Amino acid sequence: MTLLLVVLLPFLGALGVAWASRLGRPTAILVTLLVVLAPAILILSLLDPLVAGETRIERLTWLPAVGLDIAFRLDGLGLLFAGLILGIGGLVVLYARYYLSERDNLGRLYAYLLLFMGAMLGVVLSENLIQMLMFWELTSLSSFLLIGYWRQREDARRGARMALAMTGAGGLALFGGILLLGRMTGSYDLSVVLASGDLIRAHPLYGPTLLLILLGIFTKSAQFPFHFWLPHAMAAPTPVSSYLHSATMVKAGVFLLARLFPALAGTWEWNYLVTGLGLMTLLTGAVIALFQHDIKGLLAYSTISHLGLITVLFGIGTPLAAVAGVFHIINHATFKAGLFMAAGIIDHETGTRDMRRINGLWRAMPYTGTLAMVAASAMAGVPLFNGFLSKEMFFGEAAAVAGSFWLGWLVPVAATLAGAFAVAYSLRFVHDVFFNGEPVDLPRQPHEPPRWMRVPVEVLVVLCLLVGMAPALTVEPILNLAVGAVLQGPPPAHDLALWHGFTPAVFMSLIAMTGGVLIYAARRPLYAFWERVGDRLDARRGYDRVLNGLIGLAQSLSAWLGKASLQRLLLTFLGSALLLGTAGWLGSGSSLTGPLPLLPLDIVSLAASVIMVGAALATLIWYCQRLLALILLGAVGLMVALIFVIFSAPDLALTQLSVEVVTVILLLLALFFLPQTSRPETQRLRRIRDLVVALFAGLGMSALTWALLTRPYESIAGYFLENSIPGGGGRNVVNVILVDFRGFDTLGEITVLALAGLAIHAMLEHLRLAGQPGDDLGRPWNRDAHPIILASLARLVLPLTLLVAVFILLRGHNLPGGGFIAGLVTAIALILQYLANGVAWTQQRLPGRMQPLIGAGLLIATLVGLASFLLGYPFLTTTFGHFDWPLVGEFELASAMIFDLGVWLVVVGATLMILIHLGLMHDATRETGPGGVPQGMAAGRED
Amino acid sequence: MEAIISLLVGVLTSCGVYLLLRAQTFSVVLGLTLLSYAVNLFLFASGRLVVGRPPVIGLGPSGYADPLPQALVLTAIVIGFAMTAFVILLALKTRAELGTDQVDGEAGHE
Repeated sequence: MTLLLVVLLPFLGALGVAWASRLGRPTAILVTLLVVLAPAILILSLLDPLVAGETRIERLTWLPAVGLDIAFRLDGLGLLFAGLILGIGGLVVLYARYYLSERDNLGRLYAYLLLFMGAMLGVVLSENLIQMLMFWELTSLSSFLLIGYWRQREDARRGARMALAMTGAGGLALFGGILLLGRMTGSYDLSVVLASGDLIRAHPLYGPTLLLILLGIFTKSAQFPFHFWLPHAMAAPTPVSSYLHSATMVKAGVFLLARLFPALAGTWEWNYLVTGLGLMTLLTGAVIALFQHDIKGLLAYSTISHLGLITVLFGIGTPLAAVAGVFHIINHATFKAGLFMAAGIIDHETGTRDMRRINGLWRAMPYTGTLAMVAASAMAGVPLFNGFLSKEMFFGEAAAVAGSFWLGWLVPVAATLAGAFAVAYSLRFVHDVFFNGEPVDLPRQPHEPPRWMRVPVEVLVVLCLLVGMAPALTVEPILNLAVGAVLQGPPPAHDLALWHGFTPAVFMSLIAMTGGVLIYAARRPLYAFWERVGDRLDARRGYDRVLNGLIGLAQSLSAWLGKASLQRLLLTFLGSALLLGTAGWLGSGSSLTGPLPLLPLDIVSLAASVIMVGAALATLIWYCQRLLALILLGAVGLMVALIFVIFSAPDLALTQLSVEVVTVILLLLALFFLPQTSRPETQRLRRIRDLVVALFAGLGMSALTWALLTRPYESIAGYFLENSIPGGGGRNVVNVILVDFRGFDTLGEITVLALAGLAIHAMLEHLRLAGQPGDDLGRPWNRDAHPIILASLARLVLPLTLLVAVFILLRGHNLPGGGFIAGLVTAIALILQYLANGVAWTQQRLPGRMQPLIGAGLLIATLVGLASFLLGYPFLTTTFGHFDWPLVGEFELASAMIFDLGVWLVVVGATLMILIHLGLMHDATRETGPGGVPQGMAAGRED
Repeated sequence: MEAIISLLVGVLTSCGVYLLLRAQTFSVVLGLTLLSYAVNLFLFASGRLVVGRPPVIGLGPSGYADPLPQALVLTAIVIGFAMTAFVILLALKTRAELGTDQVDGEAGHE
């Protein structure tokens, strides 16, 4: 699991750095560099088989049935990208130390950078496509954090939001595309997808799939017309721009383009879409770059242009073009990262990034100037620098496709034009900044930066030179490996020489060089022209329009649905449910009644049903008399319990019975603080409307129940019934399901119960409410709060009830009962004491705090589950055994019973917590009244 | 028998929905409780109606009722109680802070 470790280390490191940074900057940087170094060493240890041409795949099976595995893959392309990510990452970490001022939190930046690094490594090393997508989204998220690093700045926040919106939307599209891919090929494994290119291209869903995947790629790689987020992302600290927004993250898009090349490329849709949008991007970026006064703006648009160039190469789709594409990925990453770092140095030293003010820096910083000039020459494509080689290959490929498809001649023309602009903006970068007269009003006096701030730039610049002059010795091996992985076959014959004779590419280069110089010479009229038209071409305006439109739509929709009116929302909800349900039934065309024979009617159920209907209708009629309605409601609940008894559900009946008691007590308690009657509603029309909705809802539910009951069905009950005794060691299948088969569900449910109890406790803590002094007729409450007979009886009953509760708990595994019911019965027994004897009396004898009880219950249930891990079984596996107990006889013990004990504790704790706190509130209200004698809670009274 | 159960579910739903649409919190809680009876009955009924054969191994001579819906409904009943409690306390909180028991929190009329 080396690759898993490679990906996880940066994530762990991020936590480590966040913690270590409080020990000072040197510690932070040391830890971060170690975290960068460790994965690099791990990858190097895997190098040998890789060079021999093997693809390393590591797999942890997770959900194989739906194609979800944790699977990693290391091949040439992954190696190349991992190298870029770790190599440039290390340099950026070093550089950032000197770039950030003392006020900025270096640890936070490092933690974010490491998060990003882990995510990016995950993208390039994933074998499973869904897993890759997850890391892909993580890169968007970490990019959001990094762009917004200076969170006090408005432009940073806006840029971060925009980048997240664009890349996030693209991520969704990509998700759709990958799901389609998985459906076509039957697997999310990259190996399978890459091998099924023919199948995918011939599939009727190829078009939509390609479109969705390209949307993801183009938004990530800032391709036209989604390019505008990248310049706004320049609000990030420059190390971040250098790392994410030129060398790595935006390359994730072209990485995926290269990765899926064998699966998707080779159709006219691919050629036109990818080449076409790539060309637009190439040109747009190159032209706009020239007109940026901000150094980072120039570099950002230049990055967009170069990303377009790489996209065009993959769009052309020949093996040689793929070589050029991969080569340019490497070259662009090195020279652009260097240039961004140089721009950061200039910004750092002068305090501004405006090229109209920064001039003539050559005298102050000749060393930085030299470095920047080398990198800029590579960007312009000057011979002897690495950019020249790949650009020459690009020109060659562009010239070669001129005649191969319709409008193909546009490719070399656009390429040359963009090349000319690239020369022009590179010239501008060098000439404006380092020469071109005197600096204008700089905030700081510039001088050379600290030694170690220059080192990362030096490394990158040396690489530019080495690759540019001796490509075969330096870059050739990794290039071959990567291209082999892209093409899923041997790389084509190519020659990385500086001079190939008088090819068309040479002439295009010459034209571009001359053209670039001419364009730069004519810059002043061009700037003036741009001042007039540039703003109109800003794609951000479209983005703002779309975004405002969306927000407006959402606002009008929520205004239409009702401004926070519960009644209107409920009405809308019920209405749509009715409509959809009816439409679904009518659309299905099936009959209402199924073929199942009916059960005969028996007199007990009939009587229970008549009472239930009567009580429910009476609740409805007298709902304004709240106490009466509550009593009627209780009657309905009791009849429901009776129905459960009749239809073979003793556990349910017991539960319903005990819950009914607690619910009625709860509502009674609450009623003390609420008006005793509801005001009848005056709006007749509204009542009729609600009545109609209610009638239809009831009718619909009746029909649904009828249709359900008269149809046969297949149940998985057989499994539970058969395995209840051999697997769970219990006869009561309902209880065995709760504590054993579906124990995890139950654990979740008692957690919800515990949360509800705690939330109610939290809500009640500062609640002060005045109770009602008497009933609605103005009669005061009964003075005798604790009738003596009730009080003494309750005390007598307590031990008996507790005994019954324990009995129910213990027998639950084999006979109706169990933790839920026992918990409710216990709670009722205790509440009876509060009711009969008063809060003060009971509080002296019972612990008032229920939180420990709830906590203990949850802990027991969880620990029982975890214990099975220790024995090597999955979570919540149970065991049981039969023991001979003297005098009692054979006795069964199951670990599930301990789990049930946890359930019992939580139910008791939560129920008591809810009721006792409400009761205490009564007491608090009543203490203000005369008398001051502690009195009961239900029969609350205000004298 | 099936018709009776269907009728019960329908009546409980109707009463529940009507009360749910009232403007005062207590009525809404009553409606919710009725509605949860209806839903529990419905879920329970999805195991079909079986008389006298509880799913306790060894009790019945022939066959058992479907235990799975029963297990689901059992927890639903308990959680339903917790949620009723939560809602009624929200109602109390509304009353304390806004001085009204109207669901939409309009200023008190009482």
